[in-house]
Amino acid sequence: MKDHLFAAGHTACSGCGQVMAARLVIDASGKNTVVVNNTGCLEVLSTKYPESAWEIPWLHSLFENAAAVASGVESGLKYLGKKEGTNIIAQGGDGSTADIGLQALSGMLERGHDILYVCYDNEAYMNTGVQRSGLTPFDTNTTTSPTGALAVGNLRPKKPMPEIAAAHGIPYVATASVGFPQDIQKKVKKAFSVKGPKYIQIHVPCPLGWRYEPQLSINIGKLAVECGLYPLIEYENGKLSGVKQIQPKPVEEYLKAQGRFKHLLSKPEEIKKIQEIADSNIQKYGLKLPAATG
Amino acid sequence: MKEFLEGSHAVAEVVKLCKPGVVSAYPITPQTHIVEDLAQMVSDGTLKAEFVNVESEHSAASVVLGGEAAGVRSYTATSSQGLLYMAEVVFNIAGLRLPVVMTCANRAISAPINIWNDHQDSVSLRDTGWVQLFAENIQEAADFHLLAYRLGEDKSMMLPVMVCMDGFILTHGIETVDIPTQEQVDKFLPPYKALYKLDVENPISIGPLVDPEYYLETRYALQKTLEEALVLIPKLTAEFSKVFGRTYNGLVEGYRLEDAERAIVAMGSVCGTVKDVVDELRKKGKKVGLLKITSYRPFPIAAIYDALKNVPKVAVLDRAVSLGSFAPLASEVRAVFTGKKKAPKVISSFVVGLGGRDITKHSIKEIYSLLTAKELHGEYIDLKPELLTPEFKG
Repeated sequence: MKDHLFAAGHTACSGCGQVMAARLVIDASGKNTVVVNNTGCLEVLSTKYPESAWEIPWLHSLFENAAAVASGVESGLKYLGKKEGTNIIAQGGDGSTADIGLQALSGMLERGHDILYVCYDNEAYMNTGVQRSGLTPFDTNTTTSPTGALAVGNLRPKKPMPEIAAAHGIPYVATASVGFPQDIQKKVKKAFSVKGPKYIQIHVPCPLGWRYEPQLSINIGKLAVECGLYPLIEYENGKLSGVKQIQPKPVEEYLKAQGRFKHLLSKPEEIKKIQEIADSNIQKYGLKLPAATG
Repeated sequence: MKEFLEGSHAVAEVVKLCKPGVVSAYPITPQTHIVEDLAQMVSDGTLKAEFVNVESEHSAASVVLGGEAAGVRSYTATSSQGLLYMAEVVFNIAGLRLPVVMTCANRAISAPINIWNDHQDSVSLRDTGWVQLFAENIQEAADFHLLAYRLGEDKSMMLPVMVCMDGFILTHGIETVDIPTQEQVDKFLPPYKALYKLDVENPISIGPLVDPEYYLETRYALQKTLEEALVLIPKLTAEFSKVFGRTYNGLVEGYRLEDAERAIVAMGSVCGTVKDVVDELRKKGKKVGLLKITSYRPFPIAAIYDALKNVPKVAVLDRAVSLGSFAPLASEVRAVFTGKKKAPKVISSFVVGLGGRDITKHSIKEIYSLLTAKELHGEYIDLKPELLTPEFKG
């Protein structure tokens, strides 16, 4: 269908949260957009030569340098007098954003380029076979943080990327989720309404890596938000400026839906630790809707 | 106009005349003076360019990659660890066929850390698909940047070019340099028009995943283009000579080779020292000469063959090493003569000047004297054996 700037016919797994999010992002940004993509699932599934799903100018260089390459593209377009009216997006997965590409991203944010960076967060290195990244949640069973006699799963909580981006004092930072598609597009448009560096991190469920049936992607995305494990928040100029409030559901509801957390279901003490992470988010960001009165 | 200039300033002046639109670099000695000058020009408004101060060489190379992909002439410079840190981007730029020009102020590689000159940095990246031109003096270093943009941006090339100049010796040395006028440069170097670029009016995807059905041909195409560069470079230097009045072959330069019985092959600033020694020895009736290699990539196989086929004894100087094997330049010069009827009887190999160890006229004379019927492999010149004994405590 030509109406979308990310065309059908790519090779994503069915139920892939990342392609749903990528299509929402590029459609919200519009045809006057240049995209620079890190190596990862999205790059591989969308541009297997000689085909491409992208209806906009698109560039892939390496795993970790989209933020720096996009800085060069922005500088080039500025030099040519073509920057006005052109949106620039640098994008990648959680590994290329929070781990190997963090330095390039920080440089882009610090230098003030007029670029939106989008992190598609499926919480592990999915393209290489579900290895743990800096954005893999606590206790997750991945191929490099496997459950065993001595370990429950991933030893550490998620790296606080939105806070790290916001600490650069950039005009706009937001988290979003494929569970809330309109919210993604609203945030992309809001990002492009301001000049300067912007960072949006989108929670994109992965049926293969998280081990659930493909038709559940949207529901699982929603559950992550609704239990407080993936707060939808906005920062403007370094200050928290918006949160999506919820009636918190227990984290167990989210965990039990996915194979990557199956090993926790017999370990109430671990589920308690994860509930504490959600509770801490709920407290920190004021996520809880006020109790209904009367 | 002739000016008495530091090498870095001369290079910066010429880069400015090439009108790059995107300049990006990260500080590393001894490259830094070049980009400091360019930053000042941008700050003063005498160079209209976007100067992007990055957080690493990896990003410097990525920024100029992005600039070129947007269709803008771009420039970066680095040295040593900086070049190694940007290595994967260096490969990537060539694979994407983006005609970036970079200055490599040649410097040794760590460990141990050493800021002085040798060629280990750019030689270790010889297989990236970049053209590598080695300058003998400051004038060449400056001029080769003009040649680099013209060559790389040629529609039949679309290749990145690295101008290699010896760190400190050329970057910080001062010589009389002829800086061309803007009119001359504009005559030689037309504005850059990219073959393909990121353009919202004509969207294309650059840098796709290429499977075994297609990858091999991308490498073959780079190889063939580099071979074609061997034909184009002398054509461009002839044109260069008409505009600027200075004549280069661009591939190799023979010095008093006609009847030479012994010749040295070398790259970079040491060639000046070798020429002095050749003149001295010639006065004493010794039939010696020099073959300077300017274009290390593409490697000028035919030009080297022609220049050396009648020279009985050849000494190849490497300012780099291929640890665990033959010295890199020597092994390639030997390969030129594999299976050839006409060939030097002896091709000896010498490792010199690593980490800034001075290569004096005495060092060069020693090499000529060691160039006998006995072929030497990777002979280290000016080695201090006492440093290698267990007793040596520093």
